[in-house]
Amino acid sequence: MTPTLETAAKPEGLRRIAIDPLSRVEGHGKVTILLDDQQRVHQVRLHIVEFRGFERFIQGRPYWEVPVMVQRLCGICPVSHHLAAAKALDLVVGARQLTPTADRVRRLMHYGQILQSHALHFFHLASPDLLFGFGSDPSKRNVVGVVAAQPELARQGVLLRKFGQEVIRVTAGKRVHGTGAVPGGVNKHVTRAERDALKSALPQVLEWARSGVQLVSRLHLANRQRFDAFGAAPSNLLSLVGENGALELYDGTLRARDADGKILFDGLDCQQYRSRIEEEVKSWSYMKFPYLAALGPQAGWYKVGPLARVQNCDGISTPMAEDERVAFRKAFDGAITHAPLAYHWARLIELLHAAELIARLLDDDALSEGALTSSGPRRGEGVGVIEAPRGTLIHHYRVAPDDLVTMCNLIVSTTHNNTAMNEVIREVARTELDGREPTEGLLNHVEVAIRAFDPCLSCATHALGQMPLVIDVLDSQGALVHRLKRDPP
Amino acid sequence: MTAPAKPAKKLKVATASLAGCFGCHMSLLDIDERLFDLLELVELDRSPLTDIKKCGPCDLGLIEGGLCNAENVHVLREFRKQCKTLVAVGACAITGGLPAQRNSLDVRECLQTVYLTGPSTTHARIPNDPELPLPLDQVHPLHDVVRIDYFLPGCPPSADAFWELLTALIAGRTPALGHELMRYD
Repeated sequence: MTPTLETAAKPEGLRRIAIDPLSRVEGHGKVTILLDDQQRVHQVRLHIVEFRGFERFIQGRPYWEVPVMVQRLCGICPVSHHLAAAKALDLVVGARQLTPTADRVRRLMHYGQILQSHALHFFHLASPDLLFGFGSDPSKRNVVGVVAAQPELARQGVLLRKFGQEVIRVTAGKRVHGTGAVPGGVNKHVTRAERDALKSALPQVLEWARSGVQLVSRLHLANRQRFDAFGAAPSNLLSLVGENGALELYDGTLRARDADGKILFDGLDCQQYRSRIEEEVKSWSYMKFPYLAALGPQAGWYKVGPLARVQNCDGISTPMAEDERVAFRKAFDGAITHAPLAYHWARLIELLHAAELIARLLDDDALSEGALTSSGPRRGEGVGVIEAPRGTLIHHYRVAPDDLVTMCNLIVSTTHNNTAMNEVIREVARTELDGREPTEGLLNHVEVAIRAFDPCLSCATHALGQMPLVIDVLDSQGALVHRLKRDPP
Repeated sequence: MTAPAKPAKKLKVATASLAGCFGCHMSLLDIDERLFDLLELVELDRSPLTDIKKCGPCDLGLIEGGLCNAENVHVLREFRKQCKTLVAVGACAITGGLPAQRNSLDVRECLQTVYLTGPSTTHARIPNDPELPLPLDQVHPLHDVVRIDYFLPGCPPSADAFWELLTALIAGRTPALGHELMRYD
């Protein structure tokens, strides 16, 4: 057994097990595992197998198209890409300070997004593993099983997501792939009637959000030893933080901690992200492997997302979520936990925080009146960083004086977690699979660990690629439509 | 529109996302509480929502996303073989959609841009492991490769469009989307 399990010393003759496609995650990925005759694990890899080309084909497009185009990286968190692009392009159009209306409408949209995405992930995708068991009957281990076994919980999940989607609809125009944010601001107000309709649902939403946190913390604490140890792989943490180090999802500065919680850097201006983050390319995945440049690829990998954010910040600005954060930190005696399953708990704390922030914002009249956009002296470059549901999201563009984009670099949330997800499934393989016949139930343990990160594999497939091979596309009658031929690069 | 009467036997439905963004699946889930009515009428087979990895014999298949690699083509063929009725869902499945923007570009140059000269990239190389499926040099719509029975337009199609399509097919009538449900955006 190789110590890291990334690459088998001698892959020849080993048995290959593939979990393909990964299910109940967003996007396209697979896991391959190489085993010897004694079922000892020699290699475990999470491969991102698709690419769609956004970074390249954005080049040459007018900058104002970009927020609407790039959100089509991902249908689960389109708002995150929409807003990260708009934030980067705010700088290009010289809008260093957004109008109060633009700031509030965008924040409302973003908090709606956090709420609906976190609800979807927990209730529709991940909860069956926690409610029924990691190795439970695969035919019931899904949202349909939850509807049958716990109809009230399923109903709350569906209605929480619906509320978040409605917040997005009133701010962006439609629920998926809206158009609300533009470089320099937003293109619409939220009417008083729309605000009132959302407000009337709030008491119920807040109650369900709170009971969601309590459900997850109960599940975690009831299985304490198992949940704390499962797939735990210590790493650095990265996220935005706001003023006074508070949890911040829309706009802040970058902070990183090491695995023990010591601050590595803090207050980093997002425009300077390249001074701290580099990305390694590996031959076996289209997703790059980012790391903190000062520590190098071996020691510099990190986690992003709810587990990183809730432990990286010094506090949460809304009272119910802050109480839950304090309880969370206390449950781990104030130490940093690296348990992937604690992601669920942290995620539900953020869902509650988002609901509280929405409640606060809906009382703000700037949503319904005031200037929508601002502008100033043009600049050639901008970086937009936002905390998407799955973690830190970086968009970086250069725009020429003719308004066309000349460079686009995207480091999406799931990409930041690439090494972490790989290390976590290697840990699961080491502790759960090694030496045992890999049954469906055991292999689901690997997926449980990946799901904890709520990966968005579509987001992570924005690059383009090629292979030195030939492929024929045939029509339904078997006639050749297209022959594709590539030489080795 | 209300849900059709409960059938004697639930219809089997499979769904897949190929070179898409999952936005169509999200819009399907935007039927909100009607999801509970739907689950009275259908049983899910292979879908990103279940842990069924291979598509079994199904009455209805819904596919979002176009074809950008060999794996996509393989899954599409599996669905066509197993599904009595196959629906191309959304702009990418019907036209290639936004990912087809790359069709005018040279793939090698794109790869080099992303993996060799990306501004924060180190250990530059182009991924080439046999585990990675072959990319196609053009993004194709589904009907370039298999027969498609219905096309549900939109980016994404609205939840109401999904609801009309599904309730009509379950009830055995031809879906009538009308102008309101047929628009792209």
